[in-house]
Amino acid sequence: MYGKGILKGLSVTWKRFWDTYTEDISWVMRGKKRYNTDEGIRHRSSKDTKGIFTVQYPEEQLIVPEEFRYVPFLVYDEGADGKKEVRCTSCGICAKVCPPQCIWIVRTNDPATGRPVPVPTDFYIDMDICMNCGFCSEYCPFDAIKMDHDFDIASYQRNVYNLEKLMKPAAYYAGIRPENYTREEEARKAKEAAKAAKAEASAAAAA
Amino acid sequence: MVTPLTATVDLVVRFPGTVAADVRPGYTGFIINKENLVEVATAVRDEFGYDLLTAVTAIDYIAENKMEVVYHAYKTTGGAGLVFRVQVERVDPIELPSLIDIWPGVDFQEREAWDLYGIKFTGHPDLRRILMWEGFEGHPLRKDWKEPFFEEETKPFKSRWPDGQHTFAENKNPFRDNLNFPKDFDPEKYVVDKEEDLYASLERYTTKDVEGNMKTDHIVVNLGPHHPSTHGVLRVAVTMDGETIIGLKPVMGYLHRNHDKIGERNTYLQNIPYTDRLDYFNSMSNNFGYCTTVEKLMKIPVAERAEYIRVIMAELSRIQNHLIFIGMLMNDLGTMYTPSLYAFEERELILDIFEAVSGARMMCNYFRFGGVVRDIPDDVLQKIKGLVSERLPAKTDEMERFLNENEILVARLKGIHVLNAEDAIKYSVTGPVLRATGVPYDLRRADPYSIYDRFDFDVAVRQNGDMMDNYLIRFDEIRQSLRILEQALKQIPQGPINSQKAAYQVRVPAGEAYGRIESPKGELGFYVVSNGKPNPYRYHVRPASFVNLTAVESMCRGTKIADFVALLAMLDIVMGELDR
Repeated sequence: MYGKGILKGLSVTWKRFWDTYTEDISWVMRGKKRYNTDEGIRHRSSKDTKGIFTVQYPEEQLIVPEEFRYVPFLVYDEGADGKKEVRCTSCGICAKVCPPQCIWIVRTNDPATGRPVPVPTDFYIDMDICMNCGFCSEYCPFDAIKMDHDFDIASYQRNVYNLEKLMKPAAYYAGIRPENYTREEEARKAKEAAKAAKAEASAAAAA
Repeated sequence: MVTPLTATVDLVVRFPGTVAADVRPGYTGFIINKENLVEVATAVRDEFGYDLLTAVTAIDYIAENKMEVVYHAYKTTGGAGLVFRVQVERVDPIELPSLIDIWPGVDFQEREAWDLYGIKFTGHPDLRRILMWEGFEGHPLRKDWKEPFFEEETKPFKSRWPDGQHTFAENKNPFRDNLNFPKDFDPEKYVVDKEEDLYASLERYTTKDVEGNMKTDHIVVNLGPHHPSTHGVLRVAVTMDGETIIGLKPVMGYLHRNHDKIGERNTYLQNIPYTDRLDYFNSMSNNFGYCTTVEKLMKIPVAERAEYIRVIMAELSRIQNHLIFIGMLMNDLGTMYTPSLYAFEERELILDIFEAVSGARMMCNYFRFGGVVRDIPDDVLQKIKGLVSERLPAKTDEMERFLNENEILVARLKGIHVLNAEDAIKYSVTGPVLRATGVPYDLRRADPYSIYDRFDFDVAVRQNGDMMDNYLIRFDEIRQSLRILEQALKQIPQGPINSQKAAYQVRVPAGEAYGRIESPKGELGFYVVSNGKPNPYRYHVRPASFVNLTAVESMCRGTKIADFVALLAMLDIVMGELDR
């Protein structure tokens, strides 16, 4: 019969159309909210999703996975007196590895001796050039530069971030990447413990 | 049948005095005398059976004052390839005989070599610029050519550290000074639509009227550069006799950014995220191709678990690419949105996986030399398993039920000829388009890379070479990819994900490597030449879209203009890769 194929195809569309409503009803019956809840959004991007698939941005936002990366930021630790201690030592690896070369670092020199001090005087990232590849955070030996989750940075100006604008607390980093943070902290503690043990051993040997 | 090994011996024996083996360390293949190129190439095709010339590219050895053109020939029956090259003095005009009569597929690639290197291929019927614009001065891939925003020969730039003060590039080189024009060229007076060269290249199809017939004029129609269905900014100038296409020329380069030159400035590692931007639907496959090539050059193994992860990612990428192909084909045929949005649903779920493992949905940047950047978390692995075993097979079936028997679709696709096997090979077409003509040439089987030889799957082949077969073969390939994925997910071992220590600068020994993988669109090749320095000396991409498009002219001649957009869709071109 001519037109059978079209009807067969339309049955798929028809089923898809009703799926949204049957899903809605089943969620209501189970007393759950399908829209504007994390659970609902997660279900809509799982393998069991049926019916409506879209997420109504900005009222709803997709939950980004931990590894999601957007522009970089610099991590600082809170010092004893509330001072911001930036982890960056201005070693320059991020500036060297950056594919579009969008990182500029001014290294600090000790005014008395003229020797470099491991703190950056300033740090610029041209966010318009940044390609969000994540190399800087991947190859940073001090866990000082990390990729952000905040992607709402659209603006009318060009975005050249300086040190002040790039700094975010370690607590923020722990919030967006809990697993990575725990792993790195453990590694750091293990390293420090090993160092302390070594120092102790050498001190004991000297004594 | 001559096996590749004896063939390599034969070429020197067969042409004593004119062919010499390339003895430079790290190089393979033969150096042929310029005068004998056509003769030897004919023998390579006819006597030795290398019927598929995949890559043609040039290298500028400025220190030796030489320009080299490298040809990579393969057999469609599979096996290793044959590399032959010609060296010419680097003095303008640099001339070489064109191989277009032997392998018509070299058409665009020779034009590219002319455009970017200034090598004149004598005998090429239409040697115009292809990626750069007509008023452009110079040949940008030559080592002595500098772009207007030139900063330094290689990255990393010295001005970034330790005293890096941010500057905008355009402040160094203000607007209007940032272009090189030919002598006596006035951009104010340049009229863009005066494109005699382009239309002259179409002219040869003008047929004379037979006496007594009504005299009709051929009309030239410009499709694009912004036609909604042209998959990007591709422009096509078409001459038509009534509604029938009698001549056609694609005009490209609107998205050209000289990827090859950027690649030569970058370090090896820095190129990985740039390859994401080639075929932006399949950044995983692009990473795969590039990393395979550099690993070949570095002679390093890939960690076992990483091999499986790579295959899983590449096959997921293939599935979503083919789904998008189907959706976008429907878009081209006028079924706006419903099928393509159904396809996008599955694609979203696959991109969610890419995002969870790599951090980005499209620009994944996930592969590293020797492995991948991070392991797949267990919950993501479970999600992939769920998709592969439950959702994707069901949704592929649903898609077939939805479309395959649709009478309008069948009327539009069935019996409309795309290519036959002979033409497809002649024009160096690879990928699903070639396989739909009955040639079972799939690099995963023909020249296995990575660990594809461990999996049990069939090469999808269809026999008719019409649009319907080109469409259906995509479903076949999705099914085979799902088969591979199921096996890979079952077999994936535990272990490290990189065989190398993480290093931001890799040591690559001098030499050359041509690596190729079966990307969803066809053969994706990377040709990398190293001179032992941190940056590649030559970095060339052989994109599937670009070379496949060579055949578009012969595909479309004689068909109606209404089928043109669908025929173009068959090639599955992506402008990011085509224009690079």
